[in-house]
Amino acid sequence: MQKNILIIGAGGAGLSCALSAHEAGANVKVITKEYPTRSQTCMAQGGINASFGNIKEDSVKSHITNTLKSAHSLADEKMVEFLCKKAVDTVQWLDKIGVCFSRTQDSKIAQRTLGGTSAPRACYAQDYTGLKILHTLYDRCLSKNIEILNERFLLELVCNNDEITGAKILNIRTGEVELHNASAVIIATGGYARIYDNHSTNSKASTGDGIAAAFKIGAKLSNMEFIQFHPTALKNSAILISESARGAGGYLLNSKGKRFVDELLPRDKVARAIDKQIKNKEDVFLDIRHLGEKFINEELPQERKLAKLYENIDPINDLIPIKPVAHYTMGGIDVDENSQTNIKGLFAVGECANHHIHGANRLGGNSLLELIVFGREVGKFAVKEAKEIDQKIEILDDIKLNENPEINFYEIKKELGNLFYSNVGITRDENSLNEALKKVQNYISKLPEMGIYDNSKVYNTNKIEFLEFTNTLLLAEVIIKSAIYRQESRGAHFRIDFQEEQQIFEKDTLVTKDGIV
Amino acid sequence: MKIKIKRESKFQQYEVDLENATLLEVLNHIKTTQDASLTFASGCRSSVCGSCAMRVNGREVLACSYKLQDGDEITPLKNLPIIKDLVVNMDKAYSFNKLSKAWLNPTEEKVAISQNDEKLNEIQSDCILCGSCYSACPVYTLNPDFKGPFSLTRVFKYISDKRETDEKEKIDAIQTNGIWDCTLCNECTMVCPQDISSKADIEKLRMKSSIYGYIDPNFASFGGGLSF
Repeated sequence: MQKNILIIGAGGAGLSCALSAHEAGANVKVITKEYPTRSQTCMAQGGINASFGNIKEDSVKSHITNTLKSAHSLADEKMVEFLCKKAVDTVQWLDKIGVCFSRTQDSKIAQRTLGGTSAPRACYAQDYTGLKILHTLYDRCLSKNIEILNERFLLELVCNNDEITGAKILNIRTGEVELHNASAVIIATGGYARIYDNHSTNSKASTGDGIAAAFKIGAKLSNMEFIQFHPTALKNSAILISESARGAGGYLLNSKGKRFVDELLPRDKVARAIDKQIKNKEDVFLDIRHLGEKFINEELPQERKLAKLYENIDPINDLIPIKPVAHYTMGGIDVDENSQTNIKGLFAVGECANHHIHGANRLGGNSLLELIVFGREVGKFAVKEAKEIDQKIEILDDIKLNENPEINFYEIKKELGNLFYSNVGITRDENSLNEALKKVQNYISKLPEMGIYDNSKVYNTNKIEFLEFTNTLLLAEVIIKSAIYRQESRGAHFRIDFQEEQQIFEKDTLVTKDGIV
Repeated sequence: MKIKIKRESKFQQYEVDLENATLLEVLNHIKTTQDASLTFASGCRSSVCGSCAMRVNGREVLACSYKLQDGDEITPLKNLPIIKDLVVNMDKAYSFNKLSKAWLNPTEEKVAISQNDEKLNEIQSDCILCGSCYSACPVYTLNPDFKGPFSLTRVFKYISDKRETDEKEKIDAIQTNGIWDCTLCNECTMVCPQDISSKADIEKLRMKSSIYGYIDPNFASFGGGLSF
């Protein structure tokens, strides 16, 4: 008999949690639908916030103030205080286990300024902060001999008398359905920005699988309507062009070659200004030509490479065609200060959870911080709470899916992405949202006519993509209903028909299977 | 545009009407419109997750950063068990990181890392574990247990880190099926999407090993003749 902790997801949050649960003496098993180092965390470039003040004077208090301001009164002050107070220790721990942070001339961790912050606070490792943190955590897990099962997809969470008992997992390689029992289950599966399909900077894997599974067994979700759009992604591919391009002095231009917004305003404001241009049939470009070849090669080499590859232009001589796209999802599984959901034994951490840190708008540099701080906390807490059980894995019957579909779900997936981008995007109003709801409900009613074309057992990515699509479709309805309910504009949620913040909405939008609470 | 993709034991040809597209975009196009059973791995589309390494005309590339040409032949990575089509099983390859003890043994003391210290292993820490080097390495045809380019680069990364407290543990771990099995052919360097040279890292690890009294076993085997 042992305390068996099952962690689903192996990004920054999942691996931090695995390390602390292991240290607390539990038997830890991590399940990922990819491999750990392929998780979304690897894409984070900017940095991780901690008020060291290595470049300029800074304080925990300023970090708290900046975070709360960006959150537009939807964050929990106590949670934000906890996060910001833990930040310095957390980054020191990452540094201690081997993350190769960039350094200052006096051998301190280098820090840079991201939008909305009063000091250079984001500790970074060149443009690879997330990648280097993720790989270091992975190496650390190997050193502790933590069990990681790759290429396994979460199908369902299993409950008995309102208490979590395990999870049904599809082994992608064998096609078998496995039931893994557990004393506690921690969801760390990431966000849901891929609902926007090709209008998202995210990895194709960000399909909200853990959120959908938790919702289905009665977990509360909150603030699902809050989705952060990044102002500058490449127009055709939605590949991110980092904020540092604007930070360094890049201009935003329309088809007439005119600047139309202060490029250094917060992300939501810049995104809305660009969106307005695009809706007025203007193309929008990022212009970094004046920064010069030397500067671009040294400071923005990734950007130059990606623009050449995807847009066939060279930013040294050409304008970069851009559009704002979905980048980060603030909403998720509602959790308390211990990352505990409303279901006993079920925890959530990272982008899939709403820890009441980001509120209506996430501050750059706080997401990596959240993963590590709360990942380590939930690991300890879940072990403390867990019962001892005998670990077992049962093989169950295969899941049945329609093998003669009349509708190609890949087409609907694309339609859903376009619908969300136009109707549930940077700006929304009652008409656009109602239209989207009607269409999404129509897709849901047609689900029985959709299915898989490939009925093979081994490594069936057609099946996985269909299951991911059904997860996004489930969340799509929740997001739209939440956005309809919130008749105001706040942070990333901008209603054309209600452009001001309203006191009565200074609260979370909570959703259960029965609807908005 | 025609493209041939290795599936099971034979090539399958597809025709696509996409201009100026990456290989990954073309694979996605085929999967969603022509053949849903075509199997490949992908993730970030921007060359940091390492999911979509495969071979084009025998050369390792990331599908997300390669522009498809008419007539290209696509095959999975070499030296790794194929699960299906272009998907290989990375478990054994990644297990060499563990066997090589590619991690940091941290210290409780405060160690100052300067900008120069940081540069010592900056490029090695850019590795995305895509497996291109592993696929291109000729040693695997002779020794399937070779710890391999990316794991040895990772060992170098931690050994060159001033915060490491047990350098010897790692040096010991890479003597057998490790640094001396490399032929220094440089194929790994040629295919690395992150411009890492595992060959150079292995050479540096050999020098480091000699400090700990290890000698090249290929060379040592001649040594017996000298003792009269």
